[in-house]
Amino acid sequence: MSELPGDLLYTKEHEWLRREDDGTVSIGVTDHAQSALGDLVYVELPEIGQDVEEGGDMAVVESVKAASDVYAPIAGTVAAVNEELADTPETINSDPYGEGWIVKLQPSGDIDEGALMTPDAYQELLDEEEA
Amino acid sequence: MGSKTPLYDKHVEAGARIVDFGGWDMPLNYGSQKEEHHAVRQKAGMFDVSHMTIVDLTGERVRDFLRYLVANDVAKLQDPGKALYTSMLNENGGVIDDLIIYFMSESWFRLVVNAATREKDLAWIRQQAEPFEVSVSERAELAMIAVQGPEARELAAPCIDADHRDDAMALKPFFGMEAGDMFVARTGYTGEDGWEMVMPAAQAPSTWDRLLAAGVAPCGLAARDTLRLEAAMNLYGSDMDETVSPLEAGLGWTVAWEPADREFIGREPLEAKRADTNRMRFVGLLLEDKGVLRNHQRVVVDGVGDGEITSGGFSPTIGRSIALARVPAGDYDRAQVEVRGKLLGVRIVKTPFVRNGEVRIDV
Repeated sequence: MSELPGDLLYTKEHEWLRREDDGTVSIGVTDHAQSALGDLVYVELPEIGQDVEEGGDMAVVESVKAASDVYAPIAGTVAAVNEELADTPETINSDPYGEGWIVKLQPSGDIDEGALMTPDAYQELLDEEEA
Repeated sequence: MGSKTPLYDKHVEAGARIVDFGGWDMPLNYGSQKEEHHAVRQKAGMFDVSHMTIVDLTGERVRDFLRYLVANDVAKLQDPGKALYTSMLNENGGVIDDLIIYFMSESWFRLVVNAATREKDLAWIRQQAEPFEVSVSERAELAMIAVQGPEARELAAPCIDADHRDDAMALKPFFGMEAGDMFVARTGYTGEDGWEMVMPAAQAPSTWDRLLAAGVAPCGLAARDTLRLEAAMNLYGSDMDETVSPLEAGLGWTVAWEPADREFIGREPLEAKRADTNRMRFVGLLLEDKGVLRNHQRVVVDGVGDGEITSGGFSPTIGRSIALARVPAGDYDRAQVEVRGKLLGVRIVKTPFVRNGEVRIDV
């Protein structure tokens, strides 16, 4: 298992968040998630400007195997979506923390970091799931 | 923990993701299931199918018994080694299982049935066999490797006993033969050429290693499913079960109606279903929009009624989503499928979608 990027926050739904300099938050799925899903073949993205609630459906990633919801880990407004994924959903497999980002949200308030996981906490979750 | 095939350690060694399949710990994929899929379409891949149930039937009246037991007619099996695909029906004409029957000799026929239906199949066959004095023996000590793809036979030939290699290479499609300790058949579940090789369990790991060294890619259940879907080969439990007749599962071609006086289990209700012009159709679907069709999604035919996807997924060869579906009777070539509350357009296409490496539908 590869090392988790240390500058990200994580959720127990196996998503990651990165605070960008422009105040938006990039969101994607973790390496563990892409590996469990297998080859991705389709990504359903939200509309730019759409409001999402914390915990609400935000996107759907579909692998050859199965469809999986991507939940909004924070409340906000969709500021950008990764249009590239329409033609190359497999980027999520090859670069889940980089080019495979899915959505950028403009948070609607302060981010409650206590509700999210640090890399160490997420690693513990993965270790527990492995066991 | 489930049952393990003789090749379990080989799967773990190769980094397989192991899942439960009908009580067996089986490899789902070793890496990318798409790459495994393409390996079979373009070169050669191998599947551990040792979990499948091999049953040998022996006795003087075994042919008579099989003519009664299954919907296809083993009277068609006249040349030794010839194989027959058929469904086995219950008294209501529903499908208990689908299986392959090999004609070994006049007093010995070999069946290969599904792993997930093993117990009920064996119980049913034993019960029906009694009056025919046919002996039913499961060959759990045998392992099976399916080697599939345009180069499969060539790459696998060195695994066959030298005395039998030429004969094995000369096997026609849907024929099998004994080759020393092995039984080799030119059959499969991928829509590609290849062999299914049955052998003593102890021989399986070394055969697997030889195939691996020859460049045959290990392939898991995930690739097996997309390959068989492209080939429009049915999956028991998804496309048909005991509540569905073979006529509504695209298996009408496996029912032998002639001779009309052959009595087989389920014939009477099946005749009634045959006369019912309103029975459901079993069709192939190609998704025209982006997205992925999945099992159990609703098929909507405007002004006709609803159907259901029985096997849906993404076709790595076509690059689009395809499905098998049970839909209402009628003359139409377009429908819609409900995916997460939205209706997506699908075209009804003639199956198979892919055969021998080539896309067979208009995309």
